[in-house]
Amino acid sequence: MNLEVPLNAQYIRNIITGAQGIQDHIVHFYHLSALDWVDIVSALKADVKATVKLANKLSPWPDNGFNELKAAQQRLKTLVDSGQLGVFSSGYWGHPAMKLPPEVNLLAAHHFLQALEYQRNINKVVAILGSKTPNIQNLAVGGVANPIDPDSQSTLTVERLYYIKTLIDEIGDFIKNVYMVDVAAVGALYPDWTTYGAGVTNYLSVPTMPLDPAGTKFALPGGYIPGDISKFKPITSFNDEYFEKNVKESIKHSWYKGDWDRHPYEEETVPDYSEYDDKGKYSWVKSPTFEGEHAQVGPLANVLCMYASGHKPTQKYTKILLDTANGVLSLVGSKTRVSINSLHSTIGRIAARSVRTAVLHDELINQWQLLVDNIGKGDYKTFNKPVFPKGEQRGFGFHEAPRGMLSHWVVIQDGKIKNYQCVVPSTWNAGPRNSKDALGPYEASLIGNPIADPDKPLEVLRTVHSFDPCIACAVHMVDSKRKEIVNIRAF
Amino acid sequence: MNVLVLGIGNILLSDEGAGVRAVEEFRNRYDCPDTVEIVDGGTVGFELLPYFEDRSHILILDAVNTGNKPGTIVRIDDPPAFLQKKISPHQIGLADVMGIAVITDNMPQNIALFGIEPKELSIGLELSPEVARNLSQLVDMVVEELKAIGIKVQAKNQQF
Repeated sequence: MNLEVPLNAQYIRNIITGAQGIQDHIVHFYHLSALDWVDIVSALKADVKATVKLANKLSPWPDNGFNELKAAQQRLKTLVDSGQLGVFSSGYWGHPAMKLPPEVNLLAAHHFLQALEYQRNINKVVAILGSKTPNIQNLAVGGVANPIDPDSQSTLTVERLYYIKTLIDEIGDFIKNVYMVDVAAVGALYPDWTTYGAGVTNYLSVPTMPLDPAGTKFALPGGYIPGDISKFKPITSFNDEYFEKNVKESIKHSWYKGDWDRHPYEEETVPDYSEYDDKGKYSWVKSPTFEGEHAQVGPLANVLCMYASGHKPTQKYTKILLDTANGVLSLVGSKTRVSINSLHSTIGRIAARSVRTAVLHDELINQWQLLVDNIGKGDYKTFNKPVFPKGEQRGFGFHEAPRGMLSHWVVIQDGKIKNYQCVVPSTWNAGPRNSKDALGPYEASLIGNPIADPDKPLEVLRTVHSFDPCIACAVHMVDSKRKEIVNIRAF
Repeated sequence: MNVLVLGIGNILLSDEGAGVRAVEEFRNRYDCPDTVEIVDGGTVGFELLPYFEDRSHILILDAVNTGNKPGTIVRIDDPPAFLQKKISPHQIGLADVMGIAVITDNMPQNIALFGIEPKELSIGLELSPEVARNLSQLVDMVVEELKAIGIKVQAKNQQF
């Protein structure tokens, strides 16, 4: 369609992208995956004074004082004493694979509580611009539905813009002095986990945050790493042919009708359930490939591609993270050291997410400034009306979402949708074996994972959670029989 | 007095959305004073937390799987105790939101869950006949509960 998107609309979309990514990554670490590594019950045994001392060595964060940590410990104690662990009820407390000292557990639990507040405030940015979160309502083909008019109170006003700036600014210290430090410390204290869970080391990521109306320049680069970081190939525009030509999906092992490898424009999605057969069809997820091979997507892929393309902030924060982790290793007297190669691992995926959060935060400040400067020039435009041409049109759109690279593919015939296929991040990572029977990222990453107790396969959860899976969000029903619904088979 | 009436569920999955359908019906049939806020919580999780703050009472409406006949209505008086098991690996569910409300001291003294047993959970915008038939009973229960805590709701003059 060659439709251009006004600059203001690009910046507003970019600010939403950045704020949503930050919120999602913080929640993923503290609220969805930290409890695979942090033993909440053990935090009760922590010596609060020793915790304060440790915290001061790790970070200049001002809210790690004695009274605050004591209060956090008391809060946990009340919860544990009540016998109702609530949000912590499904943790594997006392599991042999839990290795952090009580003081680190207390510090992490304290930050778990603080992170609740920070994630909520940065999410307000998404809500202000997008009207609603997480399912924003302001996107339109050709721009955004956020009118800008300095003479009207009912549009995106200067007051709203400065409120957004305040929300962006106040989370910066938390990201750099708490989140990144906690991730580095947890990683350093579980050094063996930098050697498990690499899985598929082809990485795919797309450029994000366009800086011009045509979408040819981007704030954050993307591309493809075919196994070796030195062979990085950039993806450079929304019309990138290299990307468009090389995405395919296989359904050899998926419960869809047929057995083919097809390009998304030519695909169909016809469910065809049969028995679970680990030699045949065994998954509802299709198996996407890039250049005929599985690829891992997500913050690790994004960070490695940005790093490989020479993106300075990514290189800076990767170095800070690795230096912090090595500092912790030397603090505890370990001879192990981590490098960028340690990122190909379960802990690496978690670590890369914090690097990406810091990069997004810097870029968020930049995008806000670009928006304000552009409005200052008298440009209030946020929408170009699209015109759908006659005949058959094919097109795709991609986005570097918090869980990784997302692409939608559409065929439009005379103004009506003829085919629409989504190839989403968790499909890339969770996909079953492809038509050549090669293992997808989840499956490959579990090979070699240790399991201390087959009845409590915490280690499997660690690796699967490190991908930030998005596969069970449709049912919200209450089950009064309170039976164990999640049944994980160890293998 | 500061009351939240919260409907939860996915309206794209038939009876899964019963809680949301019930708050829609409640809103259509009654006018409430400013001390009551009615919220369609849909399928969101964490974003519900701010709605829990500073409440005296929370009334949650949701589809509840009790193993009873479809359309059966139940009242659960201590939902946090009840929802001990985490069922979803990434989406923060109602149980987690309540769990977090507990540790952050945002849990009101009075919280109750009013549930209806679902029948159909496949893709569809319509409720099953069994659930649709009993939905107004669920709404009546909420009205009764509000009355019991001293809040008067006013039936709207319905024009057909």
